[in-house]
Amino acid sequence: MNYLHLVITGLTGLLLFLGSVDMPNTGDPTSAPAVHVSPRYIEDSLEETAVPNMVTAVLADYRGFDTLGEAAVVFTGAMAVLLILRTKREEP
Amino acid sequence: MKEMATSTIVRVVCRRLVPFVQIFGLYVIMHGHSSPGGGFQGGVILASSFMLLVLCDGLEAVQQKFSVALVSVATSAGVLLYAGVGILCLLLGANYLDYSVLPGAEPRSLGMLVIEVGVGITVTGALVSIFSDLLSFE
Repeated sequence: MNYLHLVITGLTGLLLFLGSVDMPNTGDPTSAPAVHVSPRYIEDSLEETAVPNMVTAVLADYRGFDTLGEAAVVFTGAMAVLLILRTKREEP
Repeated sequence: MKEMATSTIVRVVCRRLVPFVQIFGLYVIMHGHSSPGGGFQGGVILASSFMLLVLCDGLEAVQQKFSVALVSVATSAGVLLYAGVGILCLLLGANYLDYSVLPGAEPRSLGMLVIEVGVGITVTGALVSIFSDLLSFE
């Protein structure tokens, strides 16, 4: 048994737990994320994008570059599986 | 991959089910603007219809209609469509993926629709590709 790995994992978990103590409560209307950009999305997204689904408006428009990365991740996953598993050569 | 041993009941039910699953997948992609849904979810539903086809017809029969190359091209084409919309916005004089310069009455809505379709194509292609790779691995 390699106890070093266990110690590193435990320390990382402890750090993450300590970091999560400072997180705002779920649904707290006075927390930083709820007073910074959320009101803009809630009040203006329908007017600005003409899309009634606020989640889609944030995902595909305001955070469009992020979603491009997500699509690239899916693509990369498929290519990784292809490179590892597709060992047979294609017959012409 | 050998021909799947399936009963007549499984074959008939799968064949009848596939068009409805595909229509529902396309609906989820196209209707992501006004209800829960979008490219990722609709793409998974579309890919599941191809998996159902593989279950009832076998991998070889499905790959004769949708070739391995076609699936790989579709996987890349979705991401390229997405990135292409961004570059189109650049060419029209705005920031990358700023849809407000696209033509049409509601340009930002149109841009979102195009990228959702791109995401749907990529997710469908990726899942079908992974599924058939896992099945045909020896």
